[in-house]
Amino acid sequence: MRRSLPFVIALVTAALVAAGWWQAGGYRLRAERAAGTAEQAVRALMADIQAHNWSDAYASLDHANGLQESDFIREVAGADGSLRTYSVLQSFEVWPLHADANHSTQRVRMNWSSAVGSLDELRDLSVVRDGSVWRVLWAKPDFPNVPLQVLPVNYLRWDVVGHRSDDWGAGSVDSPRVRITSMNAVERPDRVLILGEIENEDTVPAYLNVNATLLKPDGSSLEEQDSFDAISHRLLPKEVSPYRIDFPGLRLSQLKSVRMDVRALLVPASADPVISVENQTIDKDALGRKILKGVLVNQSGQTANIAQVLAAFYDSSGKVIWVVDGYLDQALLPQAPVPFAVSIPDDVAARVQSYHVVVNHYTAPTA
Amino acid sequence: MGLRAPSTVSAGSSFSITTTGSGPATFYLLGPSHVVKQTIQLGQDLPISGSDVGASGSYQAVACDSVGCTSTAFYVLPSSPARLSFLVHPSRVPVSAGNAINATALVYDRFDNTVLAPTPVKFQFSSSGAAPYTRSLATARGIAWLQLGSSSKQGPLQVVASVGETAEPRVIQQVASEACGLRMQAASSSRSVTLQTDPIRDCSGNPVPDGTVVSFTMIDDAGRSTVDTPIKKGVARAQFAVSGRARISVACGVVLGNEISIGGEP
Repeated sequence: MRRSLPFVIALVTAALVAAGWWQAGGYRLRAERAAGTAEQAVRALMADIQAHNWSDAYASLDHANGLQESDFIREVAGADGSLRTYSVLQSFEVWPLHADANHSTQRVRMNWSSAVGSLDELRDLSVVRDGSVWRVLWAKPDFPNVPLQVLPVNYLRWDVVGHRSDDWGAGSVDSPRVRITSMNAVERPDRVLILGEIENEDTVPAYLNVNATLLKPDGSSLEEQDSFDAISHRLLPKEVSPYRIDFPGLRLSQLKSVRMDVRALLVPASADPVISVENQTIDKDALGRKILKGVLVNQSGQTANIAQVLAAFYDSSGKVIWVVDGYLDQALLPQAPVPFAVSIPDDVAARVQSYHVVVNHYTAPTA
Repeated sequence: MGLRAPSTVSAGSSFSITTTGSGPATFYLLGPSHVVKQTIQLGQDLPISGSDVGASGSYQAVACDSVGCTSTAFYVLPSSPARLSFLVHPSRVPVSAGNAINATALVYDRFDNTVLAPTPVKFQFSSSGAAPYTRSLATARGIAWLQLGSSSKQGPLQVVASVGETAEPRVIQQVASEACGLRMQAASSSRSVTLQTDPIRDCSGNPVPDGTVVSFTMIDDAGRSTVDTPIKKGVARAQFAVSGRARISVACGVVLGNEISIGGEP
């Protein structure tokens, strides 16, 4: 008995380790890394990306296009404090688009868990046979090559100074004057949306929040929500932002009216960076969905780490019929164009006559 | 036993209440915000300290001995004006706006009682580049107020309200109104166009403040391009990559500027 006890303990330990490995997805990972088929090659690559095994992921690629490991990691893991650097690959789906004996195209939908929520990325991967294994031919990222230049920087900013006084009328500065220029209640299959635009009509920057209260026919409050992140909260003088407030699970027939409330605060702000939205067009993506796509160009000399695109769509009468937002997972480097796309429901796209895109950005404080 | 007080007293002023009778009694002074209790000897004048009648309003003096109680009422009036509360609204106002500024002054004595008697309040207005002027108004129920329009020139407008030696200054920023005659010019190279507005001014000639957003929109073969850029040093600048013929427009708030066509169009 005394001799067999170590064997029993070793056996139980091995069994527990094996169970843990199985439970943690080790078997699946191993199966995915065995790139016997094109789909398995893509799955193995995704598994490595998920596990942040950048070297293994790069080693598994086909290097015919001269892709550098640093470029691959920069594209997949992000850089410059971009949203991707705060993201992890949560899940992925792979399905084939085309295959022959030596070449295959696989479509992968990656779901990234990020600091601002879940982000989807759709990518078509070319996979080639290399002897007995398949390897993904990762497209060489086209990082912009901005020539060395000196950009004049004029840091225009506002500060709020002085102290507030409790004496009546002695220490007050008016809040910025802002105005809701349009509001529209829209019903979707699963929710009611309050959409519109708001303008800072003052000569000072404003931090604002739009609040909507849905009222029942008897005048009582049904539900209250604010615009959360579907708005550009900080508006410079004469700047306009779309806003969108979601009320899931409600129908327009339940409402009599909507009470809007805007709270604006006087805050310090900077006028930089300036970001242009270029080449905006309504098109279709790879899945056939209508999208508004374009390119963001940071015209300032300061990197914008995280950018959010907010788009308002108008019908022929100029009414806002849809507001959508989307985050970019790349940082906006000075003068470097970065593509964006936001989706539009088909029924809305058919009525769109015009649109207005604004860019909201977060820039990490520099030392 | 009896009490006799003056019918009116000025807030903060000491005075006496005459008592009749003899022997000890308990004295109560009941005011709007203050109560005093003390033992007195009837038949003597009872001094009341000014600090016991700081709040204006109706007071009651009561004296009670073993036989019963007697009382008298008197009124404490606000004393002379000593303090001002002054509210000027708004703190920023566009130029040339009629009746846009509201100045309201409330007059108090040194105990923060509203001085209800008509009191002259002097409002003095001064701004750079314009002669100061003064308006004097009497308070009605403690309040003096007036409305006035902003001038056509931007800059700080100082408003001082004064009563006697007391003065309260406030500053209003008169800011430029909407842009007027917005115009831009374009300098195009082979692949890009650089846009710059003329100095942006309102219809009174005041420069629109730096930081005000100007929107440039270009429509070319590649689609629509927009940039919202703030005015810096009086002008707004933007740059677009351009492909083929393009039409460019500029706007600031609700004001539209000129349009420029590039690529052969007039």
